[in-house]
Amino acid sequence: MAENKNNITRRNFVKGGIRGGFLAGLGGLVGALIGKTAKTHTVWQIDPEICIACGNCATHCVLEESAVKCVHAYAVCGYCDLCTGYLMPEAKELDTGAENELCPTGAIKRTFVEDPYYEYTIDESLCNGCGKCVKGCNAFGNGSLFLQVRHDRCLNCNECSIAAACPSGAYKRISIDEPYLPKKVGRA
Amino acid sequence: MKRLCLLIIPVAFSLFSCQVALGVERFPPPDFESGHQLPQTTYPPAREGVYEYIDVAVLLGALSLSSYLVLRRRSRREIFALMLFSLLYFGFWRKGCICPVGAGQNIVLSVFDSSYAVPFVVVLFFLLPLVFTLFFGRTFCAAVCPLGAIQDLVVLKPTAVPFWLESTLRLLAYLYLGAAVLLAATGSAFIICRYDPFVSFFRVSGNLNVLIIGACLLVIGVFVGRPYCRFLCPYGVILRQLSRVSKWRVTITPDECINCRLCEDSCPFGAIRGSTTDWPKRDYNKSKTRLAVLIILAPVLALSGALATRTASGWLSRAHPTVRLADRVYLEESGKVADTTDASLAFRGSGKPIEELYTDASNIQAKIGLGSLIFGVFIGLLIGVKLIKHSIRWHRTGYEADRASCLACGRCFDYCPREQVRLKKIKEGAEGGE
Ligand code: SF4
Ligand code: SF4
Ligand code: SF4
Ligand code: SF4
Ligand code: SF4
Repeated sequence: MAENKNNITRRNFVKGGIRGGFLAGLGGLVGALIGKTAKTHTVWQIDPEICIACGNCATHCVLEESAVKCVHAYAVCGYCDLCTGYLMPEAKELDTGAENELCPTGAIKRTFVEDPYYEYTIDESLCNGCGKCVKGCNAFGNGSLFLQVRHDRCLNCNECSIAAACPSGAYKRISIDEPYLPKKVGRA
Repeated sequence: MKRLCLLIIPVAFSLFSCQVALGVERFPPPDFESGHQLPQTTYPPAREGVYEYIDVAVLLGALSLSSYLVLRRRSRREIFALMLFSLLYFGFWRKGCICPVGAGQNIVLSVFDSSYAVPFVVVLFFLLPLVFTLFFGRTFCAAVCPLGAIQDLVVLKPTAVPFWLESTLRLLAYLYLGAAVLLAATGSAFIICRYDPFVSFFRVSGNLNVLIIGACLLVIGVFVGRPYCRFLCPYGVILRQLSRVSKWRVTITPDECINCRLCEDSCPFGAIRGSTTDWPKRDYNKSKTRLAVLIILAPVLALSGALATRTASGWLSRAHPTVRLADRVYLEESGKVADTTDASLAFRGSGKPIEELYTDASNIQAKIGLGSLIFGVFIGLLIGVKLIKHSIRWHRTGYEADRASCLACGRCFDYCPREQVRLKKIKEGAEGGE
């Protein structure tokens, strides 16, 4: 019996030692990481300079309705009458019939400002993030339409499943304090 | 101006091929004569921000409460209630992300990738359950982990899994952990998140294949208690080892085991180990020979493990987007395929030299190759250790919950007659006090 007890104390002692070792290891890990931890969370965002508007953003989000939406940087927009983000390239007539619109969901509204300028606004509840307009605007316009992860919708998955499917590597983890990568008004 | 637009567009059509060009101001933004104000683009803030620290606080609170309920209150019903709360909060409300199971990948990535800084909250999510397990056993699994909770709900007709099968299937979890660490370290993918089987239930949407895997696991879970926890969970592998040396532990009986064997079949997770009888001399000698053979065999096992993963490393490295892209571009360059993909088009549009891509890809492949060697040796040795462990007779004088396998669910407590005595005493004490 006494021997048994000795055994048990010895075993507990060894266990305590190993436990201490593990704790020290975890502490060490934190210590090693402390210089490299970011104080705040990161969020996923699309770098509009890299995105090729491939269409995966509309289909690969874990949400039923993608968290990615088209955003309009008005200050970059040329307010063109013949908007290549709004109209089909082969549109024969310059009218706003649905068959001439590029957006499959009719999410872009066109309003007359003054001759010859038109303003294009996006109805976010209709946009599915397919990027068709972005492609058109980038190809022949100023590139003022671009895709962004909308953070009021995004769940901030640890691995964004669109990022995993993005062919151009446009997704980045950026600080939650500045969670968007808007298009700048820079003159090119 | 309108005419200008009309003129420029055909020119633009001919100048720019299908390729996307960016940030070009082809049509200078107008100065409106009518004084039209530009609308403001809205940028809604992240919803995540608010919850960052609340989540950590809830995690800490749930872990403390769970440890208290398991070790002091010993009440299955209260553990169950806390488990439901965790399922609702971490699972359905916070949508199962970030969870401690996946957080390890961020830590690994941060260790190996100098440009990735892991958020402090994620570090805490990874560490807190580990520290609690070192002191109290796997109380995280009992009532805090949402993945465990959703499986625990469907444990209806648990059947016993033979010990050898359980032990063999558990190797899957080690393989999963190894692959996850390897792929996270090389920045290839976070496979624990990608194949998280239950997160699609929490979000009520997601990848169909993963949803099906999750549904299958839940159906299996009706008959085999918590299959993901026991055979797949990579975090559980770490928790097992820490739980072995925990300061306090789950005990079936509140004081002493009277070897009544009433609790024997009460654990749906096969975590109860009975008391042992002494071995006959013959068995003892046999096991000694087996042990000797196994120890000599260990290097062979390690080597064959390394060989096996070495072969798999080519396949593993295709999880990295750069390797996939390089493969694709190589196929296109060598004329083996005629079409292009979005990825190869994007790459060609970026203007990066192909040679650089090939170098990057082969660097990554080399890293994954080295990593899989280490991983293979580890798996080989692990199999050796498992076999050795099974050749040793452990000495036990009563029924106890296995430190590593016990998920601290508290189901077995009520089966113990000593527990009934304890409960009666408490009741009497409460009545006597009035
Ligand atoms: S998946 Fe990538 S390239 Fe495609 S639209 Fe989204 S951000 Fe752009
Ligand atoms: S074309 Fe696609 S991305 Fe653009 S507004 Fe319409 S739905 Fe949104
Ligand atoms: S992080 Fe998740 S929710 Fe957000 S865009 Fe990516 S897949 Fe969608
Ligand atoms: S074993 Fe893994 S999935 Fe199961 S409860 Fe524990 S941490 Fe969660
Ligand atoms: S507390 Fe009891 S029933 Fe629950 S896992 Fe542990 S040994 Fe099994």
